[in-house]
Amino acid sequence: MVDYVSFQGYEEEEEDTLRGKYLTFFIDNDSYGIELRYVTEIIGIQPVTEVPELPDYIRGIINLRGRIIPIMDVRLRFRKPFREYDDRTCVIIVEMSGITMGLVVDSVAEVLSIPDEDIVEPPEIQKNHNRYVQGIARVGDDVKLILDCNKILTDDEVEQLSQL
Amino acid sequence: MADDFLNDSMLEVYIFETSQNIEQLENAVLESEKTGRYSEAAINEIFRIMHTIKGSSAMMMLGNLAELAHKMEDLFYYIREAQPKQVDYAALSDLVLSGIDFIQAELKKIQDKKPADGDANELLAAIAVFLEQLKAANGDLQQEQDTSSVQAAAGDEYALQPTPDDEHKSRPAEGLSAYEAVLYYEEGCEMENIRAYGVIHNLQGLVEDLYYRPADILENDETAAYISKHGFTVGVLTDKPADEMRRFFADVLFLAKLEFRELDAATFAERKGGAGTVRTQVKAAAAGSGENGGKVRAQETAVASSSGQGMISVNVAKLDKLMDLVGEMVIAEDMVVQNPDLNGLELENFRQAARQLRKITSEIQDLVMSVRMVPLANTFLKMQRIVRDMSKKLQKEVRLQLIGEDTEVDKNIIEHISDPLMHLIRNAVDHGLETAEERLAAGKDKTGTVTLEARNVGNHVLIMVRDDGRGLNKEKIISRAEKHGLLTKPAAEMTEKEIFQLIFLPGFSTSEQITEYSGRGVGMDVVVKNLEKVGGSVSVDSVSGQGTAFTLKLPLTMAIIEGMNLTVGRARYTIPISAIKESVRLENHKLVRDTDGNEMLLVRGECYPIIRLHEFFKVPTEVTNLADGIFILVDYEEKPFCLFVDDLLGQQEVVVKALPRYIQNKRVRGIGGCTLLGDGSISLILDVSGFVA
Repeated sequence: MVDYVSFQGYEEEEEDTLRGKYLTFFIDNDSYGIELRYVTEIIGIQPVTEVPELPDYIRGIINLRGRIIPIMDVRLRFRKPFREYDDRTCVIIVEMSGITMGLVVDSVAEVLSIPDEDIVEPPEIQKNHNRYVQGIARVGDDVKLILDCNKILTDDEVEQLSQL
Repeated sequence: MADDFLNDSMLEVYIFETSQNIEQLENAVLESEKTGRYSEAAINEIFRIMHTIKGSSAMMMLGNLAELAHKMEDLFYYIREAQPKQVDYAALSDLVLSGIDFIQAELKKIQDKKPADGDANELLAAIAVFLEQLKAANGDLQQEQDTSSVQAAAGDEYALQPTPDDEHKSRPAEGLSAYEAVLYYEEGCEMENIRAYGVIHNLQGLVEDLYYRPADILENDETAAYISKHGFTVGVLTDKPADEMRRFFADVLFLAKLEFRELDAATFAERKGGAGTVRTQVKAAAAGSGENGGKVRAQETAVASSSGQGMISVNVAKLDKLMDLVGEMVIAEDMVVQNPDLNGLELENFRQAARQLRKITSEIQDLVMSVRMVPLANTFLKMQRIVRDMSKKLQKEVRLQLIGEDTEVDKNIIEHISDPLMHLIRNAVDHGLETAEERLAAGKDKTGTVTLEARNVGNHVLIMVRDDGRGLNKEKIISRAEKHGLLTKPAAEMTEKEIFQLIFLPGFSTSEQITEYSGRGVGMDVVVKNLEKVGGSVSVDSVSGQGTAFTLKLPLTMAIIEGMNLTVGRARYTIPISAIKESVRLENHKLVRDTDGNEMLLVRGECYPIIRLHEFFKVPTEVTNLADGIFILVDYEEKPFCLFVDDLLGQQEVVVKALPRYIQNKRVRGIGGCTLLGDGSISLILDVSGFVA
């Protein structure tokens, strides 16, 4: 009956300290980053229960301490071939706009602070290919692709249409 | 409102209590209206509620609400005391109900963290006019004086009472003057000490220095009794003129009597010093009158507890969490007790302890479930107001009959059925019932009856909305369905039931004219959707000229179901026991294939289509030969079918968990949720309606 609006200030503060920080991970030899503020935890791969009628990149659901969380294989999401899971395989649990999702990646690297000025917009040559990339970051000699979490989680109407 | 000593939790309690109070109030008014007169009990109840609202609103500094409640209280005070013979009860009900609406609107504003700034003046004026008319009609001047006597008496006391102290002996320095006021509160206004503290709080900033007796009003509740007996003494040192200070004290709410006098600086200082000693006196006084006061208090608490103090309100989210945790605990217990490490060990003591644990966990589980069960009464009573308002607007005489409102349903379900019920009731009154003339012409009672009935049937609750109106018009339904292209087979071949079922289709609305209450094109399909969300269904029955009955079938709870676990390949599924008719092996039954290659199973002369679960869900399995697996006969409404699965694992009570939102959005056919099995793995719960749709 009464809505609790506490902790708001606390969250804002937390968000501030997470700004500009990215969790980087690998798929094949490519390095990707997602904004750390969406990440709630990182776990090893767990037994996955398959759910019928879902796109192939949704591997199914897992039981994370009583919470049921869908698992998305980022490789398959990027139309890369499936790779057997091993002990380096990680599930990054992300939470945004009310949706919790586990992202399966080959391996997790580290948390990096990347200043905004080191991130450039992706070139718009091939629209279809950088749909999920919101920026390209230079870190030393390396290049990391910063992913748009929101698009990965929600942008599937386009996909469904293209499959028809 | 902005006063900082009002914290959120107080506001929460205020909102909760006030909404409960006005709910009671609404019921009392509607009850009375039904009988055509206000019983003495009802008047007393309304008076009491208004009094409570007045008090608590004033404490929360909600002036407009307090004022409104005060005027209402006056009105009912008059009715109670004078017992006027001629009262326009309909107008009175309207007045009170619009008052309720006003208070509700203000509460909503407060909940939304907006200022409660509604203007009650119109209502206040209306109440004043009504009271005047009432008095005039009953020619009762004597009583009028009585009514205002409290205020008049109080008003008299506001006059300055000259005291010996008052003789301008020595004015305090620097243009400051000292005053002392003794406040006497109205009898029975309660919490005098808190009110007194409110006064002190408001004084800050207005005065340079102050003292008050008794001094320990916040810490010591005994002071309430003392203040009500001996008054509350405040001394102030201020640069404000005497007039202003007097007005300040006179404006204190619930003031019965005010003594106000000027002091000289020396007396002020002396009394300020002495104020502390009052503390002990109060205690002594309280102790002295202990026997007497104790009795009164005991009575008060008795009254308070009978009016619902034994209940607490809990955030539903917390209950959900608790529910989840209990589910977790049951699973964790399984994981411990059936731990593979224990295999082959003789552990008598351990087993004994484990049994004890199991007993306790299952009791907790039952208890948590029962906590979430809420009677339907509140939802039903809300409908009374709707029927009343509509019957006034539409000029139809309608009686709402409630049956079985104490039936209990899971809280989550109640939240989802309020809108559908409202819709059905509105439809029944607006379209179902005829006008009074039509009813008389048809030889029926002038007053139409809408019946709202609930009862328990096994694992389900049935809620029926019946009217004794004109019934559904088959021809109209068919022609409308034709117009919207909703017919799937020739109208002539349709059974009555199938025709009625058409009204639940999206895009169907039979009413020609759109009224305020129903027929905006959002029709019965919304009702169906809302019910499906909680696993319920709706059906309709109607006899032309005699009425229509809608039956809602709801599960008792969505949280725990009795399920049968089964396997297909490596995957595990759970099917609600309530959906299973029986399970059979192929052996004694005949397999039939039609010309399209559809498989069917012949069981005791009945033919059931076969749905192979592994094909339906595209799960790899080695059991593809129909003779190797097992068939589950599923009883789904009028379309039974049989599911072919690898094997059954056994029956179990499972805690239903919703699928993650991401997956829900994809609308997977045939899956209604999921549950955790004893080993922590996930089983998908089948939704049998998804297989035939």
